[in-house]
Amino acid sequence: MSDPTAASTAVDSAGAYVTAAEHAEPTTGKSRSLWSDAWRNLRKRPTFIISMVIITFMIILAVFPSMFTSADPTHQDLQRQMLKPSADAWFGYDFQGRDIMAGVAHGAKWSLLVGFFASLLTVLIGGTVGVIGGYAGGWLDGILSRIGDVFFGLPFVLGAIVILSAFRAAGLKSAFGLVIVVVLVISALTWPVAMRIMRSAAISAKQQDYVKAARALGANSFRIITKHMLPNCMAPVMVYATILFGATIGVEATLSFLGIGLRAPAISWGVMIAESRDYVQHAPHLLLFPAGFLVLTVLAFVMLGDAVRDALDPKLR
Amino acid sequence: MGRYVIRRLLQLIPVFLGTTFLIYVLVWAVPGDPFAGMCGERPCEPGFIAKMNEKFHLDDNIFSQYFQYLGNLVQGDFGETYNGNSVGELIALRYPVSVQLAALAVVIEAIIGVIAGVLTGLRGKGFLDNLVLVSTLFLISLPVFVTGFALQILLGFELEWVDPVVSSDPTLGELLLPAFVLGSLSLAYVARLTRTSLMENKRSDYVRTAVAKGLKPSRVVGVHLMRNSMIPVITFLGTDLGSLMGGAIVTEGIFGIQGIGKMTYDAILQKENITVTGVVVLLVIVFLIVNLLIDLLYAVLDPRIRYE
Repeated sequence: MSDPTAASTAVDSAGAYVTAAEHAEPTTGKSRSLWSDAWRNLRKRPTFIISMVIITFMIILAVFPSMFTSADPTHQDLQRQMLKPSADAWFGYDFQGRDIMAGVAHGAKWSLLVGFFASLLTVLIGGTVGVIGGYAGGWLDGILSRIGDVFFGLPFVLGAIVILSAFRAAGLKSAFGLVIVVVLVISALTWPVAMRIMRSAAISAKQQDYVKAARALGANSFRIITKHMLPNCMAPVMVYATILFGATIGVEATLSFLGIGLRAPAISWGVMIAESRDYVQHAPHLLLFPAGFLVLTVLAFVMLGDAVRDALDPKLR
Repeated sequence: MGRYVIRRLLQLIPVFLGTTFLIYVLVWAVPGDPFAGMCGERPCEPGFIAKMNEKFHLDDNIFSQYFQYLGNLVQGDFGETYNGNSVGELIALRYPVSVQLAALAVVIEAIIGVIAGVLTGLRGKGFLDNLVLVSTLFLISLPVFVTGFALQILLGFELEWVDPVVSSDPTLGELLLPAFVLGSLSLAYVARLTRTSLMENKRSDYVRTAVAKGLKPSRVVGVHLMRNSMIPVITFLGTDLGSLMGGAIVTEGIFGIQGIGKMTYDAILQKENITVTGVVVLLVIVFLIVNLLIDLLYAVLDPRIRYE
């Protein structure tokens, strides 16, 4: 998944979610909210359980990498260059003679950090702009939508390369600096998608009676947006955010593959894959293990997003 | 309809200006010397820098630079590189192969994706449905460059069915594998979109009416159901065509295709700013026009949509 804007197609019609709470038939006498209803539905889904197990494992791997490997991921020994997997090193050694298993364990942190912060920032920017545009309508909505169109019109990979190569010239050394730049670039280019989803949800929510009622009672715009509209517009954006989390990890790998994403000292899975590209013909395990972990993680988030969408969408029940 | 087209074209203008200006600023106003690394290992001669500054108006402020560039662009002049090559000619030389690649990718997506979607959407739950769901899920999770690498190793090096790297003037047959790689992600989306769309419309009133009238199943599916279900799919395919033409950097790099993506990537690395701006401007125009055409296509497909 190298283009996060494509993930939007996974989220169908935003309007379908908005009225969900009204149409959900309470099975017990007590009526439940959309979210608790979705949670009850979600717990029973096998895809949800599988993806949560994978994600939990990856998070543990990212936080406590030394639980899984005692080898130092940066220790180089050319004597064991590109050795195949063995009992000593389950995933083998790379071109520099580094332990690949240690690399994968310590790289999880960087991949997940980029995924988490980029999807969070995208949803924050896009959601805020979208809900304001959708609620206000008129000229403000027009201007915000056109600004979104401007960023949406930029081809993603090209835009990212242009911005990142500029920062590369500026010369960043610290690992967190590299992560922040990559996160900023990804969110700057993907927020229009989150904006469009939020905006269409907000436009549908605005027509609902509870918003009119709140306005009739004298609530100001800020209160209507935060207390009444946001809780009802969050569902489609949350689904998008979940899928985006996985997509972003793939995007980071793509950028690192092109040589402009992360780099040492922030050695993510993408960097490991990029380093393997010249030797992959003779030593496929250099590509196999980091790519396997990458695909598994992305898969888990896409599956989770699918499960959450199905649970939140009353039309599919 | 005519008024709608005019309004949409007018809406394109601010978006076009905004996007191209953004790119122009990103490419030109970045920190760092535009002449760094241009004259080999040594710094450039002051005379050369002065000549280039004058030629590309680098001493003016960014706004006047941009409008001078735009003025040339309107006359069809994309500018020239520091080495004196015309960017327009470079693009004309490289673009056909990228367009072929993108078009082929969309055709592959449409054929495989729609067939997989129709088969599963009409049948409903079963082995085939699960197979398509799992395989599309897997394709969605694979970054394009991993798919490209894996297929290149498997089909190119191990089985030797195809050349791992295409020739400088590739035939359509050579482009088949790169196009499949390029379109693999969208293929999965097309299959899922078709499936969901068919499943939703299958239960709709107009399908029930058509069946009740006693129409043949082939006519109900082919004319009534498909025409309505294809609207989101066609939107997706069109948007994809627009974005694939600019998104082939990775695929072209892996398979060594001398297309626009590879050219842009090289140009960015070598700081050929005029080339980068030219290509991106062109891609933005293509993207915007394709999106406009899709919006108009809606009216043809769905007579309920009227543009006033």
